[in-house]
Amino acid sequence: MNEHHQPSDSSAILPSAQSLRRLAVSESGFVFDPVSGHHFTVNETGLEILRHLQHEKDLPELLELLSQEYSVSARELERDVVEFAGMLRKFIGD
Amino acid sequence: MTAPTVAITGMNAQPDNPGPGVSVARCLKESPEFSGRIIGLGYDALDPGLYLREYCDAAYMLPYPSAGDEAFIKSLKAIHEVEGIDVIIPCLDAELPGMVRLTPQFDEMGIRYLMPTPGQLQLRNKDRLPDLADHAGIQCPEIKSVSQVGFFYNCQEEGWSYPLVVKGLFYGASIVDSADEAADTFRKTAAQWGYPVLVQRLVEGEEYNLTAVCDGSGNMLGEVMMKKMAVTDKGKAWAGVSVFDQTLYDASAALIRAINWRGPLEVEVMRDNHGQYQLIEINPRFPAWIYLSVGVGRNLPLMLLQLILDQATGVLPEAQPGVLFIRHAVETIVSQAEFESVIMNGGQHLN
Repeated sequence: MNEHHQPSDSSAILPSAQSLRRLAVSESGFVFDPVSGHHFTVNETGLEILRHLQHEKDLPELLELLSQEYSVSARELERDVVEFAGMLRKFIGD
Repeated sequence: MTAPTVAITGMNAQPDNPGPGVSVARCLKESPEFSGRIIGLGYDALDPGLYLREYCDAAYMLPYPSAGDEAFIKSLKAIHEVEGIDVIIPCLDAELPGMVRLTPQFDEMGIRYLMPTPGQLQLRNKDRLPDLADHAGIQCPEIKSVSQVGFFYNCQEEGWSYPLVVKGLFYGASIVDSADEAADTFRKTAAQWGYPVLVQRLVEGEEYNLTAVCDGSGNMLGEVMMKKMAVTDKGKAWAGVSVFDQTLYDASAALIRAINWRGPLEVEVMRDNHGQYQLIEINPRFPAWIYLSVGVGRNLPLMLLQLILDQATGVLPEAQPGVLFIRHAVETIVSQAEFESVIMNGGQHLN
């Protein structure tokens, strides 16, 4: 883990909480966007991240929460979260 | 009027491009609030709705619109004398111009309807869409009327490039990738639907449709929005899911206000790769996927009937996104006697 790694700017990376809150998110991991009609599925980790983002957690807060649960490096964790956030943004057209 | 006799056209239902009539009849027939009779009207003895006794109480064939108004009204009068039609719901684009011309005769016969005026119908003509879209503040791909096949070999000089969309005045839309393909499609389209043939710039993206009933005073009632999830070779929805997008709602409401539309309609838009809606067509009737309106608790054919009969329409539930429809093909068994009746007598009683 790189102790000096600085997380990137949240607003440029994460989809807006307002856009994410419109998503219908099921406990099964099925996600439906009532505006676009798109649907996709997420695993348990994705579901957890999505829930946090819907509650307006910014990137540093999200990484902090996840780092307490998953034993991966800060850089690796941020890379995965940023990749997931990019997929979400594309999905909801944010 | 507690048990109206409702005539519904568009009983064709080929799997790749079904007419809306059978679905409209189904919406009414399955409603506990409807206790009337349905008269299915078709144009071909193989229109399956003419044999579906679960949705139609009687069924008749009409002369094609190309036979002219006189032949049409003569046929309808003969049916009216037998069935006592109270309401007519036209469901096909090609018959709408004739239908709206014949509304004085419908009035004389005591047949009620909710249809656009001839002027309203013209405003949503495919070749006038860009003007209407501009007026309502929604984007629309450029459309051009073409009468000479030579256009397709020189269109680059006018700023057009392939692929583009070739459309008939009433039906049909084909994406073409070359001048030869365009010329071939142009000839086929002109032979089927006449001139001019329309050419529209291709918009890449996802297709969304909205259907609603409009009261003629600029109000859009009970809208239902749908995203196509699977389409047939002809681009018709084979599966779809209900959605709600405020932007599409606002754009459609603006279009309807701009023309004070009266009756049912379908707004077809593409959401382009920049997330912008582009108006593709406005169809002057319910779509074939109208049964989804029952699925989301907003039975629009029933609402149309209530409006026509000056009955209270009740409060509709909130739009419900996430409800799917998946279309399927079903074989209907038809006895020789039934088929003979349609061929020889032009129709039959089903119930």
